Amino acid sequence: MVSSPKTEKKIEPWNDPHATPYLRIERVTKKFGDFVAVNDVSLKVYKGEIFCLLGGSGCGKTTLLRVLAGFETPSSGAVFIDGQDMTGIPPYERPVNMMFQSYALFPHMTVEKNVSFGLEQEGIARDEIRRRVGEMLEIVKLTQFTKRKPHQLSGGQRQRVALARALVKRPKLLLLDEPLGALDKKLREHTQFELVNIQEQLGVTFVVVTHDQEEAMTLASRIAVMHHGEFVQVGTPSDIYEYPNSRFVADFIGSVNMFEGRLIEDEPDHVRIESEELGGTIYIDHGVSAAPGAIVWVALRPEKIALSREPGKGPDNCVRGVVKEIAYMGDLSIYLVKLASDRLVRVTQPNTIRHPDDRITWDENVYLHWHSTSGVVVTQ
Amino acid sequence: MAQPGYVSVGGWLSFTLARLIEGVTQSQAYTRAQRWLRNRGVTGRAFVIAIPYFWLLLFFAVPFIIVLKISFSETMLAMPPYAPLWEWVGEQALEIKVNLANFTFLFTDSLYGRAYLNSVGVAAVSTILCLLIGYPMAYGIARSSPAWRNVLMMLVILPFWTSFLLRVYAWIGLLKGNGVINNILMSLGVINEPLVMLQTDFAVYVGITYSYLPFMVLPLYANLEKMDLTLLEAAADLGCRPTKAFLRITLPLSIPGIVAGAMLVFIPAVGEFVIPALLGGPDSLMIGKVLWSEFFNNRDWPIASAVAIAMLILLVIPIMVFQYFQGRQMSVHR
Amino acid sequence: MQRRSFFVLTMLAFGFAFLYVPILSMVVFSFNESKLVTVWAGFSFKWYVELFNNAQMLNAAKLSLQIASLNATGAVILGTISGLVLARFGRFRGRTMLSGMTTAPLVMPEVITGLSLLLLFVAMEQAIGWPSGRGVTTITLAHITFSMAYVTVVVQSRLTTFDESLEEAAMDLGARPAKVFFVITLPIILPAIISGWLLAFTLSWDDLVITSFVSGPGSTTLPMLIFSKVRLGVSPDINALATIMVLIVTVGIVGSALWMQRQEKVRQRDVQMAKAANE
Repeated sequence: MVSSPKTEKKIEPWNDPHATPYLRIERVTKKFGDFVAVNDVSLKVYKGEIFCLLGGSGCGKTTLLRVLAGFETPSSGAVFIDGQDMTGIPPYERPVNMMFQSYALFPHMTVEKNVSFGLEQEGIARDEIRRRVGEMLEIVKLTQFTKRKPHQLSGGQRQRVALARALVKRPKLLLLDEPLGALDKKLREHTQFELVNIQEQLGVTFVVVTHDQEEAMTLASRIAVMHHGEFVQVGTPSDIYEYPNSRFVADFIGSVNMFEGRLIEDEPDHVRIESEELGGTIYIDHGVSAAPGAIVWVALRPEKIALSREPGKGPDNCVRGVVKEIAYMGDLSIYLVKLASDRLVRVTQPNTIRHPDDRITWDENVYLHWHSTSGVVVTQ
Repeated sequence: MAQPGYVSVGGWLSFTLARLIEGVTQSQAYTRAQRWLRNRGVTGRAFVIAIPYFWLLLFFAVPFIIVLKISFSETMLAMPPYAPLWEWVGEQALEIKVNLANFTFLFTDSLYGRAYLNSVGVAAVSTILCLLIGYPMAYGIARSSPAWRNVLMMLVILPFWTSFLLRVYAWIGLLKGNGVINNILMSLGVINEPLVMLQTDFAVYVGITYSYLPFMVLPLYANLEKMDLTLLEAAADLGCRPTKAFLRITLPLSIPGIVAGAMLVFIPAVGEFVIPALLGGPDSLMIGKVLWSEFFNNRDWPIASAVAIAMLILLVIPIMVFQYFQGRQMSVHR
Repeated sequence: MQRRSFFVLTMLAFGFAFLYVPILSMVVFSFNESKLVTVWAGFSFKWYVELFNNAQMLNAAKLSLQIASLNATGAVILGTISGLVLARFGRFRGRTMLSGMTTAPLVMPEVITGLSLLLLFVAMEQAIGWPSGRGVTTITLAHITFSMAYVTVVVQSRLTTFDESLEEAAMDLGARPAKVFFVITLPIILPAIISGWLLAFTLSWDDLVITSFVSGPGSTTLPMLIFSKVRLGVSPDINALATIMVLIVTVGIVGSALWMQRQEKVRQRDVQMAKAANE
């Protein structure tokens, strides 16, 4: 998540056993005929969080979002928002608002009317409506576009109208369906930061659905990785990235090198894994919950591996290889190094020095090193 | 940007209607009534469904039952000109007379059999003619540039909006003994004697094909226009010549359009009255004309009803085919 | 652009000629001096004058206009409801029946519908005394019944291509389903409803067979009058009437096509402007 000193000092309510969740999803299942879209999921989301449901297409994240909004009724289970049971409550009576993927702006209404629509349904006085709409349009920086119609706006502007329209009702929960999907790269980055700022400013709890892991990593305070209708892992972005609990999660977020090996030493304070694929041993400086001699997988992130011409100091965490491919990306370079077992390892290095004379090049023999904290044992 | 007038008025009307409805639906009496009804399984949705449902039930479905009933009764010199199907005889006896004579009459008098066969034949031939003319037209329009497409479709639809009756009438002027066609042909020296075209079966074919052509072109065009042209490109890329690609790709894919158009022409053409009445002769025997004359000229309502029932039985399968394809059309969009 | 097949082009030309030659010949001969409709004798407006002085024609036209307007409004209301129900209400008890009843009138031969409706009105009159006699009421009821089927098709197909997320967004913002329909859906599908109205109007205006069955003394519509005249042969004042109708329809269609084109151009310009601003 985008951190600021303020957020760093924020308490992590999910680790506090006395905190009451704002949104509680309790054993929700949604079936369409025989197809199970959402399979017995439970979750606690706390006030002020930006919670991300991350997964590929067909994993059930959008269905779950629609259940929260009230457009789908769960086949079993219940949803509680601020302690209130939402079973049987239709979407127009829920304290929840949604920002649709296509924005769903009403084409025959101006920006102003679009944003005030929700407030009009509540029967609020016209002056009050005008005031709140004006306020919200200022926050999203669209005050000079109030009289325009949706087709007269650019994609980014339309998105801000959709956001304003949902937020002006001060919902308890804001649901966002692929909010950055339709924007181009530059705009996406810019909007990511803006979204986080607005959320902090207003203190609304967000639930975001996305398939883009970069989006999830930037926006979220916590992420739930979904696969086949179930939560595979729930945690903070760094938890998920650095401590994936399964091969699926490790592979899904960022790139990863996975090595199969056997646990040859299993102590409470360290483990040693021997891997034929790797052609060496991996030493990790903490214990893992697996039996000695078990077959495990170790995940090594590309940025945690260093390339050098010198061999390592100890017997572990170092192997030899030959550089086969180099991709220059501007800010970093990606190396594909071939090991003795013919396995390719992906290594990334930042280009800290411009044109170093002794840059490592193709077909060079190199040593790959990594730290004893770098490897992550994954048992699933 | 100013909104076009009618949309503003329409929009204003909608908003006012909405406010009215809101006013009613939020009143005490309404919510109480709603709760009472809902406890008995009647929801707002059911009410909305009921409105067109019961209208059509009363004015479309029930009449067929009445036609069936009358087809079993006897003609009478009375108003209405048929005998009641059941009468009370004495205190406790109900006499029901189911008169099958009308139907046996239909089967024995060759007039009716010939009329049915002829109607089906004429309708079938006209459908094929419509297809032969309409398919190339629809194809040509669908494959032209978007600008042209709109203009051409407009030109196809325009005759459809002008009076059906008057367009049939136009053919009288053209096909008469001293009509336009004969006059031109005679003045060009192509013929010496005027051709007899009016009051013939030929005129009926022309009339039906002419009047129903837009009904064939429209669904065909809708189908062809939506076709993915990259399929043809792929076929060409794989070595398929254009004619073959048409036969093996375009044609099969356009079958739903062909069937929809064919049904839209064939089914009503079987029962067509106006065209055989104005353009056909005394021996162009069409079942629509027969029904009309039984009803209006002979005042024989029971026979007319029997003719109608027989026509319905004849057309039930084509109607179901049409409804199937129509249903598919609607759900394809989803 | 592909090489257009010669065959297709010829068929197109033939097809359009086939469609328009009869109409054009009717129009041309409406200005014919002579009563012999098919022999040109000179340019004249006299048939138009005769037409406008024909009280019978004018009354019939007025009646047809009245019925057609009532019918179109009724058909639009009922047809929009059934189009909405079929497009949005998913599965419900009686759906197949409703779907069947709204597609059958599209193809049902008019002699059958006409006869059946007349028999219904007679039976109703015998049973409850209404409708008493045949006239404007019975004609209008009959017309609404068959033209609502066409409106249903138009509205239903418009709704299936309609973006449902707009309706969901409105519900999400607190509007109840009925309100969503009137405030969001209806204004957006208004063009389809208007074309449905015009379609129903034309169908009623032009109808002969069904009207003949269900009309009574004193309710002679324009098509009935035309039919009784042309049965006896050609009549140039009918040509004049035809020309007037063709003129109205052409102006209407061409006018609306041009107007829609202009709307689209303005809209495209707005979209381009927004893109260029590139916020």
